[in-house]
Amino acid sequence: MSEQSLYDQIGGEAAVDAAVDIFYRKVLADDRISQFFEDVDMERQAAKQKSFLTVAFGGPNNYTGKDMRDGHAHLVTRGLNDSHFDAVMEHLGATLKELNVPDELIAKAAAIAESTRNDVLGR
Amino acid sequence: MRMVKGTPASESQKGLKSSLVSQNYFLPCSCSADRDMEVILPDAANFRFSTSVVSVDLLTSEIVRLRLARPSGFQYHPGQYITLYNAEGTGRTYSLASTPVLDPFLELHIRLVPNGIVSSWVHKQLTVGDTVSISEAIGNCFYMADNPDQSLLLVGTGSGLAPLYGIVRDALHHAHQGIIKLYHGSGTMAGIYLQQELNQLAKNHNNVEYTACVSRISQATELDAGVVHGRATAIALQHNPRMSGWRAYICGEPKMVNDTSRALFLAGVSLKDVYSDPFIHSKP
Ligand SMILES: Cc1cc2nc3c(=O)[nH]c(=O)nc-3n(C[C@H](O)[C@H](O)[C@H](O)COP(=O)(O)OP(=O)(O)OC[C@H]3O[C@@H](n4cnc5c(N)ncnc54)[C@H](O)[C@@H]3O)c2cc1C
Ligand code: HEM
Repeated sequence: MSEQSLYDQIGGEAAVDAAVDIFYRKVLADDRISQFFEDVDMERQAAKQKSFLTVAFGGPNNYTGKDMRDGHAHLVTRGLNDSHFDAVMEHLGATLKELNVPDELIAKAAAIAESTRNDVLGR
Repeated sequence: MRMVKGTPASESQKGLKSSLVSQNYFLPCSCSADRDMEVILPDAANFRFSTSVVSVDLLTSEIVRLRLARPSGFQYHPGQYITLYNAEGTGRTYSLASTPVLDPFLELHIRLVPNGIVSSWVHKQLTVGDTVSISEAIGNCFYMADNPDQSLLLVGTGSGLAPLYGIVRDALHHAHQGIIKLYHGSGTMAGIYLQQELNQLAKNHNNVEYTACVSRISQATELDAGVVHGRATAIALQHNPRMSGWRAYICGEPKMVNDTSRALFLAGVSLKDVYSDPFIHSKP
């Protein structure tokens, strides 16, 4: 049997659905980063947060490094830096822990998210 | 995409809001065609209907109630919206406050915007018997009978009451069992309308609660009995600090809608349970 992808191991789309609310509540409640989300349209957040988590879980998505770069460029002009990226990583880990995802899978998801750092921060 | 003939495979509707699923929206990327289907793109809702004005009357000094004959074949969910066109073909969107099973007409609540092209035309020129043209109804902000015990919170400001009035009556028509709390906000008493009807609904249904909220008052302001001083969102949160498991409908001024969506989300409402229509208007 071929090895399951990280996305499937974590629980696929159902896991993403469960994680969306938990993760985004943490982000909005965090004064270090909430300012970046102030004018983001809430109506479209569910879809956006799902995209974020799908990328982090290594799930099916069409985002390229260039997309990540372009998608966050307006935030970089507003001062987005490593400390903000670290805060998002923290919430990602805490969310998965809350959902009882095993530590080794959390580490894998964190590594995928970490791999986007330079693109997100426009370097 | 939305299927207008046939039913999409459930696989292609995964992750969509219930209101989209019930209108046969689907994700083309995960839909395989094993039978014939006819599809349209979202917002390609461009059928026009010609109809006539049944009544126009003032609900408050700034809001008119416009009733139009319901054209045959016109389908809608209360809370969805239509585009209303003036004689020059300039169109603006307005939400449906009527319900198809209870009302023979389509009802809109239109606030007069100073120098507004379409709202001024409605307020100052339209009279009973005039012919007007409208689009078909679109939008996802409407009642769904998928969870009759769920608690519902409805928050609207100004003419944002229009869709909510449709939604609350639709929910009751579907014998919704969970509590339904409606908060209607306005800057001044002049923006509060349909009080009698809503108080009556609350009296007749013990799961319905209605609160009118007025944010700007002076010493001379006389608040009617049952009207509360404050902003609708703040009062709603004060009454209901924890709302996990609730579904929320939020309509009216765009900034209010976004701020309220965020506040309700932080108070426990799931993102997928937030339904809203910001009344976006043209830039000055
Ligand atoms: C989904 C949706 C549903 C809607 N439902 C309703 C409804 O049920 N009832 C209702 O009354 N309206 C509703 N609206 C708003 C409506 O579509 C029009 O924007 C509004 O009636 C103004 O149109 P107008 O032609 O009179 O003004 P316009 O000629 O478009 O505008 C005239 C001037 O006023 C400014 N302006 C317009 N509106 C406002 C405002 N609210 N605050 C400050 N400045 C403004 C414009 O920028 C412009 O400078 C809805 C909007 C949307 C997107
Ligand atoms: C950890 C790595 C990150 C990944 C993989 C990621 C991924 C994404 C994705 C997929 C989107 C959706 C784009 C779309 O479809 O519209 C998005 C949007 C967004 N991201 Fe990130 N992101 C990351 C880090 C961050 C950080 C650190 C911040 C700020 C603190 C941030 C803030 C935002 C905002 C505000 C949006 C919405 C933009 C808008 O709608 O205006 N992201 N991100």
